[in-house]
Amino acid sequence: MAVLRWLRRHLVVLAGLGTLGYLILPNLVVLVFSFNKPNGRFNYAWQRFSADAWADPCGVADLCGSLGLSLRIALWATAGATVLGTMIAFALARYRFRARPAVNTLIFLPMAMPEVVMAASLATLFLNMGIRFGFWTILIAHIMFCLSFVVTAVKARVMSMDPRLEQAAQDLYASPAQTFLRVTLPIAAPGIAAGALLSFALSFDDFIITNFNAGSTVTFPMFVWGSAQRGTPVQINVIGTAMFLIAVLCVLGGQLLSGRRKRS
Amino acid sequence: MTQTSGGDVRLSGISKTYGSFTAVHPLDLTVPAGSFFALLGASGCGKTTTLRMIAGLEDPSAGTVELDGRDITALPPYKRPVNTVFQNYALFPHLDIFENIAFGLRRRGIKTVKKQVEEMLDLVELGPMARRKPTQLSGGQQQRVAVARALINHPQVLLLDEPLGALDLKLRRQMQLELKRIQTEVGITFVHVTHDQEEAMTMADTVAVMNGGRVEQLGAPADLYENPGTTFVANFLGTSNLIEAEVVTAGGDDLLLTAGGSKLRLPAGRCRATARTGGTVLAGVRPEKISLAHAGDAGTIADGRNRLTGRIAHAGFLGVSTQYVVETPGAGRLAVYEQNVERDARLAPGAEVVLHWNPAHTFGLDASQDIGAGADTGEETA
Repeated sequence: MAVLRWLRRHLVVLAGLGTLGYLILPNLVVLVFSFNKPNGRFNYAWQRFSADAWADPCGVADLCGSLGLSLRIALWATAGATVLGTMIAFALARYRFRARPAVNTLIFLPMAMPEVVMAASLATLFLNMGIRFGFWTILIAHIMFCLSFVVTAVKARVMSMDPRLEQAAQDLYASPAQTFLRVTLPIAAPGIAAGALLSFALSFDDFIITNFNAGSTVTFPMFVWGSAQRGTPVQINVIGTAMFLIAVLCVLGGQLLSGRRKRS
Repeated sequence: MTQTSGGDVRLSGISKTYGSFTAVHPLDLTVPAGSFFALLGASGCGKTTTLRMIAGLEDPSAGTVELDGRDITALPPYKRPVNTVFQNYALFPHLDIFENIAFGLRRRGIKTVKKQVEEMLDLVELGPMARRKPTQLSGGQQQRVAVARALINHPQVLLLDEPLGALDLKLRRQMQLELKRIQTEVGITFVHVTHDQEEAMTMADTVAVMNGGRVEQLGAPADLYENPGTTFVANFLGTSNLIEAEVVTAGGDDLLLTAGGSKLRLPAGRCRATARTGGTVLAGVRPEKISLAHAGDAGTIADGRNRLTGRIAHAGFLGVSTQYVVETPGAGRLAVYEQNVERDARLAPGAEVVLHWNPAHTFGLDASQDIGAGADTGEETA
């Protein structure tokens, strides 16, 4: 009976811990195997501890090149999608124009469409237009599918904004440009930031659309896929773990910063 | 606090239409410098639109807005020496209280704001809250921040759009006095929009009662209350008993009327309608002006008072006073407020009574109006 009562009281905590474990376990495996010293080409069975891969993360040919390309594409795609998406979101939230309902629906299409279909049609489009596959085709494709996420995130924020805030700013001597910079943009910022983060993550690890539109260019996900046919270098785990840790550190840092601001 | 001289606001032929809907009919209005002016009316009467046209947040369809003799109709809001306290305050959620109050100063390029902001924080007694965010403040505190944020700019006119609407009754009463104190202290012209007649009467020097996009009547609160010009004003501002009466004799200082067989006198100077013998007017009297006497004491009532007989239908005890509803033949149901000074125990529902009042307290209105206009909307806040 006592056990049952204890269970009932702590069920939420237990379920929470279980879910957390479910989420983190795969990442832990990646982390642990980044310290493995495999026999042969495949890093699938634990042999013994070694930090060799961490000491030489670029030790595998083309790995760091593809990583750099992926980061570059992700950054540009994030910038492009965030700027364009924010402008679209403002237009959709603020203005009544004839094509508004149509645009509202169309902006969702990239989210709803199966990725592989979109990838194939994009490739057809580029091919027919005679555009050479490479960095630019990848970037254009990435901006396209990131746009809908940015628009959705920013639009929600702009729609829920009290129009009186901007009127109050104007009433307090802020010109339209100042009103936008000092009031509208800061209030929309969390939505824009969410859209940007999502774009980065989506672009960085996209494989399907990139694979169709890359030509001979190789991004990091493509490199991992390609090498998995022939063997998995430990360095892949190192890069994966590093990305994971950097992301966790960013989140922790942000929370510490906002926590300190609230307390002071 | 430096003394700022307020400016006078002059609206000439100002109107606002949205498509086929007219929110404000052509309107002429002058708000004297340094006065506390209230625009009073039910929701949708055009009072907020009028205020927003003064602020520049709404373009008038026709007419001009003048401030201190200067035509500001074409100026955008950020170029008008006018500030607004918005309904629900519209405080900037991403800025703390200090920065909210400093916003107007900073936008005008003033670098050293600390001293002024701290003075303002003291005026509204929020010094320790300077670094809090608006959401961490109570409704009353937010309201004071909104006032401080506007006043720090020393506007010539401060516009208040239902500033107390979101507060509970007790806090609202307190803030009414507070706002009135600040207005007297800084001497700025206040234009206050409200649907609460009590609020308008407590605070304002002049009240403009608006209805359907028009100003029904304008005047000092006591003047509006004692001498309503339309049934809307009579019913919206407090409660009125309006009795349909036939004119027996016109001409002379008093009009002689008859309602349900009873004779009533109405001072000719207080009759807003043109009274012809045989015509009808609405005779009005405020409930607190009427005295009640038990039918048995009818003989003790002084001569020369207006009197009606009836039966008490309902009595509501309110502590300070008792509110009676008296059913009268010919004049319908009348409300009577009696102070609880020397209560007559016989005045209970069912009792036959005589209502009597000084004829000088009777006012006359045009009978062609809707007798119930403004009554429902007034009830809600009474």
